[in-house]
Amino acid sequence: MIGQTPNLDAAFSALSDPTRRAILARLVLGEATVLELAKPFEMTQPAVSRHLKVLEEAGLIVRRVEGSKRPSRLAKDGMEAIDQWLAMLREALARNYDRLDKVLADMKPETGKETL
Amino acid sequence: MSKMTLTTEGDKHIVVTRRFAASPEAVYRAHTEPELIQKWLLGPEGWTMPVCIHDARPGGKFRYEWKNGNGQGFHVTGEFLELEPYNRIVHVERMHLPDPTPDNHIETRFDPDGAGTLMTMRMTLPDAETRRQMLATGMEHGMEASYVRLDNMI
Repeated sequence: MIGQTPNLDAAFSALSDPTRRAILARLVLGEATVLELAKPFEMTQPAVSRHLKVLEEAGLIVRRVEGSKRPSRLAKDGMEAIDQWLAMLREALARNYDRLDKVLADMKPETGKETL
Repeated sequence: MSKMTLTTEGDKHIVVTRRFAASPEAVYRAHTEPELIQKWLLGPEGWTMPVCIHDARPGGKFRYEWKNGNGQGFHVTGEFLELEPYNRIVHVERMHLPDPTPDNHIETRFDPDGAGTLMTMRMTLPDAETRRQMLATGMEHGMEASYVRLDNMI
């Protein structure tokens, strides 16, 4: 877990950009080349390449070489690390609210006795 | 059963929703009365809130201090901007680690939902980078919870 922390830091930083999130959303549909990604986003290929580099360094995508193309796809491990992290954060919050359920259940008889 | 949702919205927001089997009045009170807050707003197992100063009125301040059994601790301070009993609370807060984090602006709504309450907490951070850091801090606490559970199993 601790080994993933710097990676997650880079991952969340990479996710803070709306264009990069849109690129990831596109890659959910499957592998795509720089050219294929540049088209819907109306961006130049160098601009898309820069975003892909950030996503690759954050461990969110992997790229393979196919002739002169370098198609990108989602990196399963990187995306799973983010899911796991969000699950842990959810759990810490959920724990608070489970306790609050008990507090609320205990309040009910008291509320009945109050004259308000 | 998944009663709670946690989502990010745009670049600066985090939205948490949770349903409770109690009236909006009861849920609101559990968010505004210190003796009730100290029973549940604790984070991971093993943490307690020995200090809960809570002046729930517009302009009023609050201060929560948490600590665990290992002498670790941190605190949160904040101010109330708006309070509409038993419907809505707007406040700002920051964590002291020990340097203060940028202000987190939070609107909490308590809406009737059948016989219970739907709570919606919408956090607004100054920018995407602050949200990223806040989520990273949350992760440390989530990990602490996992370690505490691990301790209990050993």
